Amino acid sequence: MSPLSLLASVAVDSLAYAMVLFVISVGLSITLGLMRFVNLAHGLFAVAGGYALVAAMARLGLPYEAAVPAALAAVALLAWPLERWLYRRLAGRSELDQVLFSIALVFIGIAGLGLLFGNAITAVRLPGYLQGSVSLGFRELPAQRLAALGAGVFTLVLLSWLMQSTRFGIELRAAVERPQAAQALGIRTTRVCSLAFALGAALAALGGVAGAELLPLEPHYPLKYLVLFLAVVAVGGLGSHWGLLAAALLLGTVETAAKYFVPGLSSIFFFTTMLAVLAWRPQGLFGRPV
Amino acid sequence: MRSIPRRRLCGALCALAAGALCTSAALAQEVVKVGVIGPLSGPFSAAFGIPFRQGVETYAAQVGGKAGNVKVEFVWRDLEGPNPERAKALAQELVVKEKVQYLGGFVFTPNALAVAPLVQGAKIPTVIFNASTSVVVSKSDYFLRTSNTLPQVTVPVARYALEKGLKRVVTAVSEYGPGLDAENAFKATFEAGGGQVIEVIRMPVQATDFGPFMQKVRSLKPDALFGFLPFGPPTFGFVKAFADNGLKADGIKLLGTAETQESDLQALGDAALKVETGYYYSAAHESPENKAFLAALAKTHPGAVANPATVAAYDGARLIFRMIEATGGKADPDKALAAVKGFKFESPRGPVEIDAKTRDIVQNVYMRSVEKGAGGKLVNKEFKTYAAQPDHGPQLTKK
Repeated sequence: MSPLSLLASVAVDSLAYAMVLFVISVGLSITLGLMRFVNLAHGLFAVAGGYALVAAMARLGLPYEAAVPAALAAVALLAWPLERWLYRRLAGRSELDQVLFSIALVFIGIAGLGLLFGNAITAVRLPGYLQGSVSLGFRELPAQRLAALGAGVFTLVLLSWLMQSTRFGIELRAAVERPQAAQALGIRTTRVCSLAFALGAALAALGGVAGAELLPLEPHYPLKYLVLFLAVVAVGGLGSHWGLLAAALLLGTVETAAKYFVPGLSSIFFFTTMLAVLAWRPQGLFGRPV
Repeated sequence: MRSIPRRRLCGALCALAAGALCTSAALAQEVVKVGVIGPLSGPFSAAFGIPFRQGVETYAAQVGGKAGNVKVEFVWRDLEGPNPERAKALAQELVVKEKVQYLGGFVFTPNALAVAPLVQGAKIPTVIFNASTSVVVSKSDYFLRTSNTLPQVTVPVARYALEKGLKRVVTAVSEYGPGLDAENAFKATFEAGGGQVIEVIRMPVQATDFGPFMQKVRSLKPDALFGFLPFGPPTFGFVKAFADNGLKADGIKLLGTAETQESDLQALGDAALKVETGYYYSAAHESPENKAFLAALAKTHPGAVANPATVAAYDGARLIFRMIEATGGKADPDKALAAVKGFKFESPRGPVEIDAKTRDIVQNVYMRSVEKGAGGKLVNKEFKTYAAQPDHGPQLTKK
């Protein structure tokens, strides 16, 4: 491999991996970053999205294109009552209470998914055009990674628009920053928070679906990849999707480059980068000072 | 109380009375307890714990739950992962409180090693259903093994690569004990036979994106890639990345061992086609014994997937029943062991023997290729047999 195509290859793999990191953590950035709820059960919503997709395809016979939105909607609908009757009670409580609650939810979820789908890996049956690889001229790239990349860009555009240009975004920021003032102004803060939580869950589900080729569906998914989600969100800084993107790109590039040049150390590089960023900026790359 | 039907109540009372009358007879018909430790829940249950249980129960059902005249009762203990302290505590509890005469199970090497002193001291014949590090069985005179060792299955894969005329091979293993053992066994055998391992890649156990490793391998243009990863998500990602990054299309072979085991095989999908592995059991093995075994398994556990672990437990139960029969249910560990040392039998996997000296299993290792079988399901199709392979571990370490 010539040095130039090697570099290009590293860049392509880094970008593809970073987008997967971005998509699987963006939902957590909403619940943890915007709503300030330490939701360790993020992975549960992600894997639930994947399983909902599999179930929609296998049991309802939906094609992949229809099953993905159906799965996202199903997870959002599942999240709504959870927020209404469980999460909301803990919203004002200490972080420790939230951690204990959400980790308990994870264990219940793991057992439930094991009963429903078995403890082995469940594969998502991709449509033909997402299987195999696409030629980039100098190398091949799995077609599914391009889809993940698309999902990442879509999420980024959607969030930017929602947060900056819609009434919902303004109300959400108001409800999080100054709940009392927001209520006094007639904003129905509880409803806004329910909606935001459901959105976070749906984005988690999108991450579960788009990342399923790297992080295959199995009941222990929520625990196994928890550190990965938290690392990306922590490095990015709370509540900023641009920060999250920067964190995903940084961590993704470091780990991918390490895989090419010093494969045995790639995990160490990933976490050393996290350590370095947090030592330098404890609030993360784009977070406001804590 | 009113809801208990009168007839059932009467039946229960009659049974109680009959039980009281029969105590003397029950004493004559002894019960021997066998303790089995394995991951019945948690991430390792699908590949090991549940197959253990299905294998044992299938064998027990086939012989009516009895070894000769002795009734055999299994006591199950759940141990989710590698946890030596807990393994020891569970084994102790089974021996002291449950008074088991035999032990079985053990997925992880550290767990098996942790119970060795207890097994040795209390003289409890113990059949290991998985833990596949070479050294395990030598740690107690009362250990037996019905699974395999890593060198036992890896050395034939390296020999096959040599016979196929493959010259340049890259190895890529997860960086943990078994991965390094597999790398050593492959490299030593392949290079001794004149082959060349051009690059040794060790991947972090936590790795999820295998694309970069595959690009690196592809740029080296080897004849084949030998991989060893823990089953489940890592294997899934590795096999997919191999196909999706164009290595398969380039004609590079992917060689492995347990990667395509039946509990994971269908989830791997078409990416696994043509992957060649060397292992001791394929559910597609063609023999009357395997057919009978699969039928018995389907009867006791409809829908169960026959995994290598199922057969290891099935044969393990066979050894335990044989030992109980030979001793008539009395605790006589040395006599029990003598009954299975050198024991040859036809397993669902093919002919096997318990080596009289090492107490380890000697068995065929089959080279298999993943193919589409009946109904589009993937199967490990055997195409070459390396007969009566011992544990190659000792020779490798001597060198």
